[in-house]
This record gives sequence, C-alpha cells and structure tokens, in this order.
Amino acid sequence: MLQPRDLRDALRLLVPRNGAPAPVPFAGGTDLMVHLNAGTLRDRRFLNLWGLRELRGIRLHRGSLEIGALTSWTAIRHSARVRRRAPSLEAAAAEIGAIQIQNRGTIGGNIVNASPAGDSLPALAVLEATLILRSVRETREVPFGGFYTGYRRTVRRPDELLTAVRIPLAPIRGARHWFRKIGTRRAQAISKVVAAGLIRRSRTGCIEVVRFALGSVAPTPVRASRTEATLLHQIPNATVVARATAALQRDISPIDDIRSTREYRRHLAGVLLRRFIEESG
Amino acid sequence: MIAPSVGLPLPRTDGFDKVTGRAAYVDDLRVPGCLHGATIRSTIPHGRLRRIRRDPAFDWSGFTFVTAADIPGQNVIALITDDQPALVDGIIRHAEEPVCLLAHRDRERLLAGLRAVTLECDPLPAALTIREGLARKAKIYGRDNIFKEIRIRKGEVRTAFRGAHRIVEGTFRTGLQEQLYIETNGMIAIPERGGRMSVLGSLQCPYYVHKALKRLLGVGDDRVRVVQTTTGGGFGGKEEYPSMLAAHCALLARKAGKPVKIVYDRLEDLAATTKRHPSVVRHRTAVSREGRLLGMDIDVLMDGGAYLTLSPVVLSRGAIHAAGPYRCENLAIRARAVATNTPPNGAFRGFGAPQTIFAVEMQLNRIARALRIDPVELRRRNVLRPGDSTATGQVLDAGASGPLVLEEAVRRSGWSVRRASFTKRAPPDPERASKAPRKGTASGRIRRGLGLSLFYHGAGFTGIGEVYLDSHASLAVTRDGSVEIHTASTEIGQGMRTTFAQIVGDELGLPPSMVRLAPQDTSLVPNSGPTVASRTCMIVGKILANAAADLRDALVQWAGDSPRRAPGRRATRGPWNPQQFRRLASAWVRKTGPKVFTRKYDRPPGMKWDEKEYRGDAYGAFGWGVNVAEVEVDAETFEIRVPRVDVVLEIGTVVNPLLAQGQAEGGTLQGVGYALTEEVVRKNGRMANAQLTNYIIPTTADTPEFRTTLLSNAYRHGPFGAKGMGELPLDGPGPAIAAAIENALGVSIVELPITPERLAKAIRARPAHE
Repeated sequence: MLQPRDLRDALRLLVPRNGAPAPVPFAGGTDLMVHLNAGTLRDRRFLNLWGLRELRGIRLHRGSLEIGALTSWTAIRHSARVRRRAPSLEAAAAEIGAIQIQNRGTIGGNIVNASPAGDSLPALAVLEATLILRSVRETREVPFGGFYTGYRRTVRRPDELLTAVRIPLAPIRGARHWFRKIGTRRAQAISKVVAAGLIRRSRTGCIEVVRFALGSVAPTPVRASRTEATLLHQIPNATVVARATAALQRDISPIDDIRSTREYRRHLAGVLLRRFIEESG
Repeated sequence: MIAPSVGLPLPRTDGFDKVTGRAAYVDDLRVPGCLHGATIRSTIPHGRLRRIRRDPAFDWSGFTFVTAADIPGQNVIALITDDQPALVDGIIRHAEEPVCLLAHRDRERLLAGLRAVTLECDPLPAALTIREGLARKAKIYGRDNIFKEIRIRKGEVRTAFRGAHRIVEGTFRTGLQEQLYIETNGMIAIPERGGRMSVLGSLQCPYYVHKALKRLLGVGDDRVRVVQTTTGGGFGGKEEYPSMLAAHCALLARKAGKPVKIVYDRLEDLAATTKRHPSVVRHRTAVSREGRLLGMDIDVLMDGGAYLTLSPVVLSRGAIHAAGPYRCENLAIRARAVATNTPPNGAFRGFGAPQTIFAVEMQLNRIARALRIDPVELRRRNVLRPGDSTATGQVLDAGASGPLVLEEAVRRSGWSVRRASFTKRAPPDPERASKAPRKGTASGRIRRGLGLSLFYHGAGFTGIGEVYLDSHASLAVTRDGSVEIHTASTEIGQGMRTTFAQIVGDELGLPPSMVRLAPQDTSLVPNSGPTVASRTCMIVGKILANAAADLRDALVQWAGDSPRRAPGRRATRGPWNPQQFRRLASAWVRKTGPKVFTRKYDRPPGMKWDEKEYRGDAYGAFGWGVNVAEVEVDAETFEIRVPRVDVVLEIGTVVNPLLAQGQAEGGTLQGVGYALTEEVVRKNGRMANAQLTNYIIPTTADTPEFRTTLLSNAYRHGPFGAKGMGELPLDGPGPAIAAAIENALGVSIVELPITPERLAKAIRARPAHE
C-alpha cells in the first residue's frame, strides 16, 4: 500500500515504471476489500487515497456542482447543496450499503468500480456529470455517458486518477428529479433495478427536458435514449407511455443472475418508467 | 428465604461479555505454536478423484499435508450411518466435499499453498435435485438413493376418500435455508503429551464430536477431549458439522504434532456446511361439507444431500408434523429422504417441521377457499383438543393448547376486523402499460393482506429417542459452598446458562447467581445429550431439578434438625438463606468429602412408542403457536413488506419471559427470511451466492413489529412445568406470510421463498385462484 503525500505525489506514483503495473487506487476500500477477502483480487499493489484531502468536498464552481472524488456518501447525503441541486444523487447516497459503508465508500470509488449495479450511476447519468481524470501528463474531462465501454470497463487509463465529478446546473434548472432503487431487501441491498430520472414540463404539460437512466439492466449503466426520444415534446398519455415503455425494452438488456431474473428486471424497468412519469407529472 | 426466580425476566448471564466484546470466541484464543489449517474441496458434484497434484515448483517446506491415507482409524464421520468420509477416498459425491488438508504457520503461505494444489478428477453424471435423485441419475446411496422411508398409517384412508364431499389437492415446495449463526464454524485441535487430542471450538454437541473423533483416530474415550468455546449461535448448524471440522483439525494436528486452527470465512461456511432440507410435499385431503378432515394422504420428499448425516431424523420429525395440529382419523403419510449430489443437508431449528407445516397450513387455506369457510373457522373445527389423537395416535391430555392459542391470537390480533378491512381488490394487472398514468395511485398499488398459521412442535427427541440418549446431568457442591452445574449442554445464545441457574436456584432456594456452570468439557462433565430438539430446558432442566432436589434432601438430612431451620417453610425449598447455605454446604464438603449429585433422564410414566409402526407417544409435550401476519405487497413491483406479526405461543411455564420473548422474536424473524428472501442459488451443485450481500437475510429495516404473547399450560414432567420452545417459533411465519399474500393478491402460493420474481410469474401464469 503506497502512501502518497499529496495529489501530485499520488499521480507520480501511478506512473508505471520498470515494467511493473500501476498500483490500484484504493479509496474507501468497500469494493476492493470484498474481492480481497473472497480471494478474487489479483492486484497486489495499492495506492492509498484516503489522506488526500484535496479530493474531498462539495462546492459550486462556474455554474456546476463539483464533488471531489473522495467525498463519502455520508457527506453527500448530508449536503444541502446536493439536496437542492441534485436530489436524486442524495437519494442514491442514502440507499448505498450501511452507515459504515457510507462513511467509507466514495463517489469516485462507485464510479471507477464500474459495477452495472452501482447505485449512484443512473443519477450521475441523468445529471450528465462530467468526470475529471488527471495524470501527470494531462487533465481531461470525460462525459459520464462516454466513461463506460463494457462490463466493468472504463476509459480511465491505469495512470489516471478520477479527481472530481462536475454536474452542470444550467440545463436542469426547474427540472424534477426522481430516483428509485429496488433491491433484494429494504436496506443494505444490491439493486435488482435502480433508476433515476429528470424531467421538465412546460405550462401546458409538454415534456421539454427528459432524461432517464437505469442500473442492473445491462453490462453498464444505461441512459435510456430511445425512451427519452419517444417522450420529448409529448404530453404524457396512455399512448405516449406505452410507446416509451416499448422503447425502454430496446434500451436495456438485462440478464438472469444470482439476484434476479431477466424477465422480472424487464418488468420492473417498465414499472419504474411509468412511476417516473406519473410521479414527476 | 429467597424469592423464586423462575418466571422473572432476568438478563442473560453471558450477555454483558458478549455485547462488550469481552467474550473470547475460538478465533480469539491464542494457542502458542498454532498452525492455520485449510481445506481443499471438490469443485464438481460427482466424480472419481484420480490424483491430488501438488505443484512441484512450489516451496512446500513448513507445510503439513493430509489426505484420507493419513487417517489412523476409520475414514468416517460417525453419526447415524457410517457413509460420510472425513476426506474423499476415491469418489467425490458433492461439490465442496473435503478432499485434503493443508496447514502452515503463516496464513499467507497457506493461501498460496491452496492455489498450488490441483485435483484431477473424472466427472460422473450428477443428480442435483430430488427428482434426479429419485430417477437415479447418479448412484449415491444404496440401490434407490433413498436414505430413509417412513410410513404413518391411521384408520382407513381409502374409505374416507370414497365418502368425501370434496377432495382437495396441493403440492408445496420449500428451499434450502442457511442457519447463519454470526460466528462461522471454527475449531482448534491440540495434540497433548500422552497422545490425547484436545479439541476446542464452536459447537452444540460436545459428545457428538467426541464420538466422531474416537472412531476417526481409533482411540478410547479418554484419548479425546472436546471443549466448547463461547459460541456465536448454532440453530442446528453446529449440531453435526463440527464433527467434520474437528476431524480435519485433529488430523492436521496429529500429523504436524502441533496445534491447528481452522476458522471458516463466511464464503466457505455458506458454501460447504449444512442447510435446511428442501422439500416437496403433496397433499390429498378428503373433506366433509362442513370442512372436517375425513382423510389425509400426504407424500413428503426431502433432499438429504450426498450423505445420510441426520436426514432420517429430520424426515421423521417432518413426517410426524405433516398432518399439522389437526384431528383426522384416517391418514396415510409416506415420507422419503432422497440422496442427491449436493452438500449434505442437516439440522436447522425446526428440523423438518417448518417444511411440512408450511404444506399442511397452505393446504388448509386451500380447503377453506374450496369450501368458502373462513380459515380460522376451518381450523377451529379441526384443531386437536384434549382427548384427540395425533397422526401417530398419541392421545393428548389437557396440554392440547391449540384452541387456546387460536382464540387468543384471533382476539389479540383483531383478526376479523382487520381481515375484513383489507378489502379484496381485483387481481393486479402487471401489464398495466396500456392504461393511462394516473396521479396519486400509490396507495392503490399497495395491497394489504392478513394470514394466519396454526402449528405445534414436539419438544425433545422423538419416541424413545430420549431413552436411547440416556442423558446424565450432575450438580456438585464446591468447597466454598456454591453449587456447580455439570452438563454437556451448550450455551448457543438461547440462554441456557441463565435458565439452568434459575431452575437449580429455585429448587434449592438460592439466587441464580449462586449457581455456577462448569465448562462444557467432555473430561469434566457427563453427557447430558446434544443441545438440539428444544430439549435443553425441558429435558436436561428437569434432570437438574431432580438432582437439585436430591442435593437439598441430602443436605437437609446431614444437617439434621438444623437450628437454623425455620418452621412452616415449604418442604420443596431450602430451609436456609444464601449465607446459611454457603456455610452449611461448605462445612458439609469439608467434613464429608466432595459432593456430586447425578441424575439421569426419567421417562414420563405411560409413554409408549412403536418405532417400527411409527405409532404412539411421539413427544412428551408439544408447544403450540399461532402467527397472524400482515403484509403489504406492491401490486406492480411485487415487493413485499411485513409490517406486523402477532405471535402467540404456549410453552408451558415460562422460566424466563425475557429470554422466551427473544426466542420467539428471533425464531419468527428467521421464519420471515425463510418465507421471503433466503434462497440458495446453485450452479452445477455449487452455491453461487455464498456471500451475505447475495444470500438475503432480513435486516432491522425488514423486521416486522412483533406482538408476542406467551401462554402457559404447565407440563407436569418439565422443570416447574416448562416445555421446550426453541424451534416452535420458526414453524409459523412461512405459512402465515404466504396466507397473507394470498389474501392480498388472490393468488395461490405453493413455494417458499416467495420472491417478487416468483410472485410476478405466478400472477402472469394464473391471475386468480377462485
């Protein structure tokens, strides 16, 4: 476990040298420790990020809500800024693991761990977050929608560190936020389906902005773009909802696994979409 | 004179140390020079073991390596039948079967060693389900893969069916359930000078381990010593499995000549150790127009796994409870335990009864619907009353508390009003997509339902089992004048340390704090039988009460007409206060030598049991119970919540109401998990969800509000009138919750656990049952 002095030191330590692979960044450890314990973790070298205070914090910055990658779920769920500007993220934070996990688990860890069941990921998808990746060579901004490339695969290079998440606020002003997780029990559960949505309607009821995303229904978190397209500029009615639900089934590709079935997940996704439209009407 | 403590809600004597972290569990013990041990297990469900290959490039120095060839005695885990080996010798019969063992001083090296061993196997076809076992897809046990078949017959079933108003049929299934004690299985074996092997660990039955080790090591009684360490829960999961783990530790320790410790992590514990038997129970019931049970034809199948272990006894209890607490003069029960290529299933709180009680209760509900009779009324008409006889022909006396618990539960739960208020709605339409979204439909989506179950549970070993056990328990008086309990009965969280002290203290007229408990060490204490079958308080407690009476009488006699004896005191209580007792008892021991009072189990007079015909008095006493469960089901997502369960239990005299309530709530919650979420997912015979993130037990947020009522109908042959109660609470929640879901949604429930996935499927397949 390498102990960096500060962020610059951490980035330096991430540079592979002498043919040895880059160490694995270790934040709260709530995912890595599970794999370590199960004996399924191949990596042997880790970079301890826990002391990097510059990676923590929630602030407003040039019209964006900026959350440091090392910010814990406890900090996020108790942040007035998050509650006001990104309530679906706050709702997701409150659903993650137990209190102990929320104290250790971080937003950056949840993103980089790249589990399709990650509770915060649909919320970040509909908030159209930008991810800040830094290395000794460069800083780049990656849109959340372009971060995942496959099951547990991302565009992050081994020498890069996710340092912050930026949520642009202007496009979502006046929108209603929605979040729902259906897990295996009422607390400390992994999701069977998790969904977040965001909607803004005109005075006439016409949908002006709509975003909907889901987790646990595909190899990566899914932005339901076909579904959104059927809803945009519509006034929701039975036909519109039916068309959207049909489109949703083409947006997702769930599987049978140890937590649920493909069939039930497809059914749940449809129920959640209808509830999203009903409840944010 | 001290006021009696039986009936008082005394806190557990071991509670403080446990909640403050002071209690030392097996993994907390520091044994000098101790090696870590580990098990290499099969990954296939059936096959021939060709070779165990150790990577020649690996540095094997410092390792101890044990195979079946290292076993000095017999390669069996002695229990009922000698079919289960300690280590695979030739044939692998289930996945996770132990094949060989490794030990090393350093845990990291040990883990590296595990990776350097490969098993070369020729796979054979595997029978992974009851159906495949019955069809002999693989040959596992005997000629037909049947571990045990039991038939119970009463009256004339065929005639009863001929005269029936209706014949109702149903097939019901239950799945595996993990005991999920907080402390995983763990053991330390210490080879001692002179060739004795001491084994310390987390276990329920020291003498079961003792028996198994003697056979394995080929040695006599005094060459093996078994000690229970503080145990973090058992629930039956530490009844037979610790014999296996102790065997492994002892084999490694013997070969290494050093102490060896194995503590399973949760993954290994979940994947490899015993679970509740899955079941398929088929009912055919002949009923009269009024709903009387004229005839019952019941077929019970249980999945025993690859070895016999305790399956015949689990099956026996399941069969005896299969007709439920109902009067039926004509019945035929056929029960079979089937061998499959899966890890052996074993003891778990309830021991076969939760499976068959689920089936019979769901069948009763089905009959109620068929005849349009209220489920409570149907039970009222059929519940066993004093003078009626059970399936085995056991005639019940005034202890038949079925009507009592039923009426009490109906009254306390407000059954009629609440059941009527959960008005029936149209069955949900899961494909509501075409309908317009409406605002404010949230409340309409939640369907509420109320369900009831009525159950009983026999306490103690079945039939003449207690006679065979021949349990002994002793009380010793120490030189300092206090009293010490000597039993092999173990504290596994149920509170026996406290209840034993209360029983003995009351018999002697002493406060429980003056009664100590000797360690559960086979070199020190007699065999009071296993800590299982709801028998500890009722059976062993009674033996201790008898020993205490002997002690009291002997001391009174020795003291003669002691000057301190106050006239007019009750003869059953000690004529002393604690200080006087201490002085007197201390003088007694010092002057006349050590005092030990040993009693053994006395069979209540008149009890008769025919093991061949399965007829007679199956149990000394039954505990009785009713659960009334309320559910809220989301009619679209099929998420299920249980906001409230009324629990009414009749358990004889309540020795300690606080502990009894704990048992009632804990057992009921375990039943909630069994009903709704606990499911073992297997792939090719291996558990695929062996983690607590994916094997789903209820959290506090999932826990209903319990309204518990304990009723007492004293049992003459129990200590102060107490009956066994440990397992009883787990029999009721499955059928009560299932009935509530039937009530809420109008679907027929035939399988546990009732997951949202299953419920969605059931509703698609068959929208309503009427």
